[in-house]
Amino acid sequence: MANIMIRKSAAGGLVFYLPKRDLEDTVTSIEFDTPEKWGGELKLANGGVYYIDPQPLPARFPLSLRAKRLDAAEQ
Amino acid sequence: MSTTNREELQNLIHEVLEVYPEKAKKDRAKHLMVNDKALESAKKCITSNRKSVPGVMTMRGCAYAGSKGVVWGPIKDIIDISHGPIGCGQYARGGRRNYMNGVSGVDSFCDINFSSDFQEKDIVFGGDKKLAKLIDELETLFPLSKGISIQSECPVGLIGDDIEAVSKKKAAEIGKTIVPVRCEGFRGVSQSLGHHIANDAVRDWILPTRDDKRPEAGPYDVAILGDYNIGGDAWASRILLEEMGLNVVAQWSGDGTLPEMENTPAVKLNLLHCYRSMNYISRHMEEKYGIPWMEYNFFGPTKIKESLREIASHFDDKIKEGAERVIAKYTPAMEEIIAKFKPRLEGKKVMLYVGGLRPRHVIGAYEDLGMEVVGTGYEFAHNDDYDRTIKEMGDATLIYDDATGHELEDFVMAMKPDLIGSGIKEKYVFHKMGYPFRQLHSWDYSGPYHGYDGFAVFARDMDMTLNNPVWKMMQAPWKA
Ligand code: SF4
Repeated sequence: MANIMIRKSAAGGLVFYLPKRDLEDTVTSIEFDTPEKWGGELKLANGGVYYIDPQPLPARFPLSLRAKRLDAAEQ
Repeated sequence: MSTTNREELQNLIHEVLEVYPEKAKKDRAKHLMVNDKALESAKKCITSNRKSVPGVMTMRGCAYAGSKGVVWGPIKDIIDISHGPIGCGQYARGGRRNYMNGVSGVDSFCDINFSSDFQEKDIVFGGDKKLAKLIDELETLFPLSKGISIQSECPVGLIGDDIEAVSKKKAAEIGKTIVPVRCEGFRGVSQSLGHHIANDAVRDWILPTRDDKRPEAGPYDVAILGDYNIGGDAWASRILLEEMGLNVVAQWSGDGTLPEMENTPAVKLNLLHCYRSMNYISRHMEEKYGIPWMEYNFFGPTKIKESLREIASHFDDKIKEGAERVIAKYTPAMEEIIAKFKPRLEGKKVMLYVGGLRPRHVIGAYEDLGMEVVGTGYEFAHNDDYDRTIKEMGDATLIYDDATGHELEDFVMAMKPDLIGSGIKEKYVFHKMGYPFRQLHSWDYSGPYHGYDGFAVFARDMDMTLNNPVWKMMQAPWKA
């Protein structure tokens, strides 16, 4: 599990940030994206995949979360 | 630019890598690229923020340098103790010329080296007692300081001193903020982690102290983040923001103070100049206090104009008109400067190799003078910096990450730029080769370079360096 931060980009998309490794990337897809259920698998532009527990759509971004790494793009 | 140029540069990279052993060659190849503007992300073409290859001459610094030298050092009313042996502090003292208002040694302390001067017995028996004593001494000698930060050097982490405990105890005793910063030099691969650690220390030890007693924010309150007031940079930026109607309540950290920082979470917008060294705290303030942040660029009239408009777009019409007024006011003066210097500099090629933001931020200023940046690179950037850089740089230009002494010298000899902008470690090598050179970390004893006033100095300095007749009279000693 890693601490991550999700924020909204100026264009309206989601931006993923992993402070520990200082990795910033755009989220290309998110598994659940409805007001009641939000989260699941996050795919990043660099090919990495992370998982966050599904939850109601957060009222406010940016938001720090715990995420599980399913597939890292590098190394 | 043409495809032949792209191929030539690829070949150059191959040639330069030739001297390395197999493993080092493979590793270094990942850090060099020929720019392709079409790329969405730099990731596939350049690797960054990795450990330097043993045996090469890297230009990087350590985490302590990133924390003490860059982020904490310029805060004027905080005394930074370089905790450990004397050398680190001595070499990090005031080298960046972070200007400040105030009386040195009375209420401002940027240019004094405070160190616990570790001796053998401190390593053997631990330095916590000495640290406590040192803080008492500081209180007696410099009672007007607003706070103290403890910047750990390598040995402190190695021997396992508990500087947090000393900080808490002493802070209660003297009634001032004392911040332990775990920025031992061995952490991370470069000074970059030091910036991060420094930001985290501010987050944990400074911002929360006023969470329940912050003043009400004015509608136009902003903070300048990531401007270290080198040669007066932050001042030259601040006056523009104030002229357009904004109220700058804090400078992080050049000429900044502890109370300014504590009250920053009350502002409406954080303006971030050096993304690399302060994006962490900006993100934190965005999440915890709901303060938006934006990056801006105050190098050269074109970028200043864009930035002023973008900053104004976060506010009402009064500020938007203010921005236009500022732009209109300075445009004639800028045109005059460009008319004077452009004919002397047009078409000249520049190569850069600097730190956190300059490798991409100054490109616009050179372009305003009709110059072209043909190569650029960072000592300690991360991928997000390169994502931003590939868009600023021209197509088929060279980009190098954590360039080694050998690579840089060979690139320069092959590409023959008319001007090189880099740091003090590179300066004299290129001087001896007879290349015009500007030290772009602290503006070669000049500055400011930010803002409209700064551009006037920038243009003059570049002309003065590049068109100096002395270069034609030089011959590299090894060619004599
Ligand atoms: S690496 Fe360690 S010993 Fe060297 S300057 Fe940095 S803190 Fe000091």
